[in-house]
Amino acid sequence: MGKKPDKDIRFSKFGTVSFTQTTGVNDFVDHLEDSKVMGTRCPACNLSFFPPRRDCCGCLSSDLEWFEVAGTGKLVTYSQLKFGPIGFEEDLPYSIALLDYGDYRVFGRIADEVAQEDIKIGMPMKTVVNTLSNGQLNYVFQKT
Amino acid sequence: MKKVAIIGVGQSKFVRSYPGSIRELAFEGFKNAIGDAGVKPAEIDASVVCSAPEYDKQRSPSGIFAEYLGLNPGPTFYVETLCSSSSTGLKLAYSLVASGLHDVVAVLGFQKMSEISSAESQERMGRGADIQWESPFGTMMPAYYAMYAQAHMDKYGTTHEDLAAIRVKAATYGQLNEMAVYRKPVNMEDFTDKESRMRYPVASPLRVGDCCANADGSSCLIVASEEKAKAFSTKPVWIRGVGAASASVNLTGRDLFTGLAVAKQAAEQAYAMAGVTAQDIDVAEVHDCFTIAEMMAYENLGFAKPGEGRDLIQNKETYKEGKIPVNVDGGLLSKGHPIGATGGSQIRTVVLQLRGEAGDIQVPNPEIGLVHNIGGVGLYGNVTILGR
Repeated sequence: MGKKPDKDIRFSKFGTVSFTQTTGVNDFVDHLEDSKVMGTRCPACNLSFFPPRRDCCGCLSSDLEWFEVAGTGKLVTYSQLKFGPIGFEEDLPYSIALLDYGDYRVFGRIADEVAQEDIKIGMPMKTVVNTLSNGQLNYVFQKT
Repeated sequence: MKKVAIIGVGQSKFVRSYPGSIRELAFEGFKNAIGDAGVKPAEIDASVVCSAPEYDKQRSPSGIFAEYLGLNPGPTFYVETLCSSSSTGLKLAYSLVASGLHDVVAVLGFQKMSEISSAESQERMGRGADIQWESPFGTMMPAYYAMYAQAHMDKYGTTHEDLAAIRVKAATYGQLNEMAVYRKPVNMEDFTDKESRMRYPVASPLRVGDCCANADGSSCLIVASEEKAKAFSTKPVWIRGVGAASASVNLTGRDLFTGLAVAKQAAEQAYAMAGVTAQDIDVAEVHDCFTIAEMMAYENLGFAKPGEGRDLIQNKETYKEGKIPVNVDGGLLSKGHPIGATGGSQIRTVVLQLRGEAGDIQVPNPEIGLVHNIGGVGLYGNVTILGR
């Protein structure tokens, strides 16, 4: 049995470089570890949030439920970066993108194995959990 | 509402690396503006200081500036909306004067981006986005605007050449602007020439030539009540409309990717307040941090219909001789973009135009001018309408 950490800093595992250590939705990272990308939903307002929020901005309730980002979304737009911020050099080049799932949208990266010439705005893509080379977790968009 | 005027405008030269401290940088724009207005520091009732704070080692620069510029004991405070900070400062100064709280207010915009390295600066720029949910993917400002460019190209058939034509126009006027960082000519061939840096990809579809450069600089606007404006100035320029809007930081909260919703909303407010339409604007400064940003501004401000911005630039309608001259001072693409100083510099250009004092870049006899200043990637939008 190790010593319990003083702070719950699970969120520092999200992304190549995480700029946030702790949040009211730290469980997001546990879900990633279970290979699930999850958002939150307010049952009272019937609003779906991605990225997940702890609190509903409709009714100010904090009784939100987790739901899984499943099925396919449509590619809204994207860009391939040839330069990256400090800490992201090893990942270059990579593409950031936005998928529209209807009730919500997901911002993330396109999977490295998707060739640039195959990327078309409007194409269906799915969101899957990805382990980065430095052991961090994120999610990427793959072709369906 | 009481009438409010701009009676003095000033700016420092915009440079890649300013050889002095931030108080000295602010002094340059301030001295230029109070000389222009013909007021003394003791005649300024309050000051609003505008920048993006993460570049500074100095906390709370408003206190430092009030001391250094001789503005104590007048109230001073700080305002930040990223790249649109100093047009937000103008809106606040307008409110302070229109409410009758103060008669003469200085709006001091500044940024010394060279306080930190270019790579650190890019990282901070990326953190102008959602640091919890977007930045962990490695985002940067050019890539966000590139996503808008990609969507615009996909929907309207806008091309790399259309965007390059905006840079060529900027450089046409940047060569004439002694305050600008980038004063070399740029030709369409520079975007295809293997020897030219302009063609290097940054974030697809944007290339080096599509992006403005970091800079150090300061700007200053002296804002006054009608009574003081008439006492101090023979050529006041009146603030006719001040529109402002905000949007979701995270792109997941947005519906529009072929334009900036904040620019449309701010423009509607400003036009309504001024009682004018896009057709009444004689000269405009728009926030061309990237070529695509100017293209979207044409459409969001109503100078062109959505998707027809490319016709405006290809027909040279936004050149000095065209039907709506835009960024005839070279824009951010030529001047450089010292974040907190940029809006003030844009406003300065339009004020000089309305006074007929713009020299080589003077548009014939303009009566109404517009300034479009955007913070972040369409996170904050300010549209200001000025008139003689």
